[in-house]
Amino acid sequence: MSDVCKVKQYVWELPLRWFHWINVLAIVILSGTGFLIGHPVTLGSTPSDYAMGWIRLIHFVAAYAFTVSVASRVVWAFIGNEHASWRAFFPMYSAKGREKLRHMIRYYTLQTHEVPEIVGHNPLATTAYFVLFLIYLGMILTGFAMYATHAPGGIMFKSLGFMYSHFTLQGMRLAHHLGMWLIFGFVINHIYSAWLMDIKEHGGEISSMFSGYKFTVKKGE
Amino acid sequence: MSTTRTEPCNDKQGATLGNEDLSISQILKERGVSRRDFLKFCSTVTAALALPPSFAPSVARALDEVKRPPLVWLEFQGCTGDSEALLRSANPTVAEIILDILSVDYHETIMAAAGHQAEAALDKTITDYKGKYFAVIEGSIPMKDGGVYGCVGGKTNLERARQVCGGAAATIAIGTCASYGGIPAAAPNPTGAVGVKEAVPGATVINLPGCPCNADNLTATIVHYLVFNKIPALDGHGRPLFAYGKRIHDNCERRPHFDAGQYVEKWGDEGHRKGYCLYKMGCKGPATFHNCPTQRYNEKTAWPIGSGHPCVGCAEPQFWDVMSPMYKRLPNVPGFGIEHTADAIGLGLAAGAAGAFVVHGALSAMRKDKEPGEDAKED
Repeated sequence: MSDVCKVKQYVWELPLRWFHWINVLAIVILSGTGFLIGHPVTLGSTPSDYAMGWIRLIHFVAAYAFTVSVASRVVWAFIGNEHASWRAFFPMYSAKGREKLRHMIRYYTLQTHEVPEIVGHNPLATTAYFVLFLIYLGMILTGFAMYATHAPGGIMFKSLGFMYSHFTLQGMRLAHHLGMWLIFGFVINHIYSAWLMDIKEHGGEISSMFSGYKFTVKKGE
Repeated sequence: MSTTRTEPCNDKQGATLGNEDLSISQILKERGVSRRDFLKFCSTVTAALALPPSFAPSVARALDEVKRPPLVWLEFQGCTGDSEALLRSANPTVAEIILDILSVDYHETIMAAAGHQAEAALDKTITDYKGKYFAVIEGSIPMKDGGVYGCVGGKTNLERARQVCGGAAATIAIGTCASYGGIPAAAPNPTGAVGVKEAVPGATVINLPGCPCNADNLTATIVHYLVFNKIPALDGHGRPLFAYGKRIHDNCERRPHFDAGQYVEKWGDEGHRKGYCLYKMGCKGPATFHNCPTQRYNEKTAWPIGSGHPCVGCAEPQFWDVMSPMYKRLPNVPGFGIEHTADAIGLGLAAGAAGAFVVHGALSAMRKDKEPGEDAKED
């Protein structure tokens, strides 16, 4: 245990934490309802029931919430503090970022005992988040493209026209299923990494996503 | 019902020869179709075109005056199912009346002429009526090896298509084969089959996919042209919006069961007998645009889902490949065996990731790591 005094730092601003937890909630709801849409169970006892109708409504409402949250996070990358900035997502483009990335990979692959100290996002995580955002984009596009087929010729259908000319609806459906599993794979990784760095770094990794504060040896980056 | 079914071939050919200057209503009168049946037909076709009922008189007026447009019907690489669907319709129908309305100058399956005589008739029509005749193409066009896999009268289908479709007022690609290559184009597509629009990109093509195409949609398309003097509005796949503008799923008579959460779980179970939703049996209605639920087949009596079979998506491009497996809702994952579904693979992926992190976590827990600030390196 270190006997060095740690500095309390405000890292994650309030909107960013909101985006994070809205995404978590939305992904849980979307996965649950999505699973029931892909593999429906006979829940209705009469044709006047509306079990699937409600499940789909919840899925679509959560989808809108998720889309707004993801879009807001992207906007926040241009408004928020240095830790939220879009620059943090491309560590490969600076020498310092590459050095930190190399250290992080060495630590994760058990090649070094030195726990890297990082105030904001760790560079390996942001690289993964960039891929995650691409998956989000794919999920949003395939999801809304399938959703918009209920009103062909509508604004949403027309603005997603490029999706229909490049992909089949069945292909989108398959991608939407596989995308969910990729996100699950990410979530497992994410929770594990947060736990690992929380117990190794002693910087309040997990609680920082609630409070916004992290504890570091050095002030700033 | 006044008219009776007649032998199509000789009769149609006879009508073609003598009555070129008569209007459609005069021809129908001669053929014994009553005014009442004609107006009924106009109402039906107005409905098929998704126009309000107030348009029916305009349709009747237009058809009263319009001259019979010549039409040539070419059979390429297909099963003649679309001709059969048109000809086998029972009783005096929209489909039969359309054969009276149109001057069918060439149709391999039903014409009386044969051999060089028939080819000469085709050449005459496309020369004399250049820019005025309709071409209906049934079947796909093989492109591989110079198109040798489909030849009629010593000419490849591709050659004929270029010649005929190029000079037509409009080309109607009837059925999924002519529209997108259909079953002959299914992987591995040994003949290099494509649809008409792909083979003759310059032609004005209206795709009427379906396996077979619903004859009512063919009639409505032609009537639309005769009434409005232009082709109907088309969607991104070249299909008329009046017939392909809505998903099967959204007009399905079993949709309430889908929304309620009542599904056929296996063939012949209670749900199947009660007419529940076929979603779990691999129905492609949610991915297929066609007016089957409203227009139906066989004199509006039946259609696949109504008969307890899931939609196979036959009106969609490359349906044989992209809509398979027929009885599963999701396609197979490319590169994996057919018993691996997307969700089985996904579950494996998630379980693999979790396993890897358990091992990593155990290894990390046993290690004594240097916390930041614990030695001089950081300071």
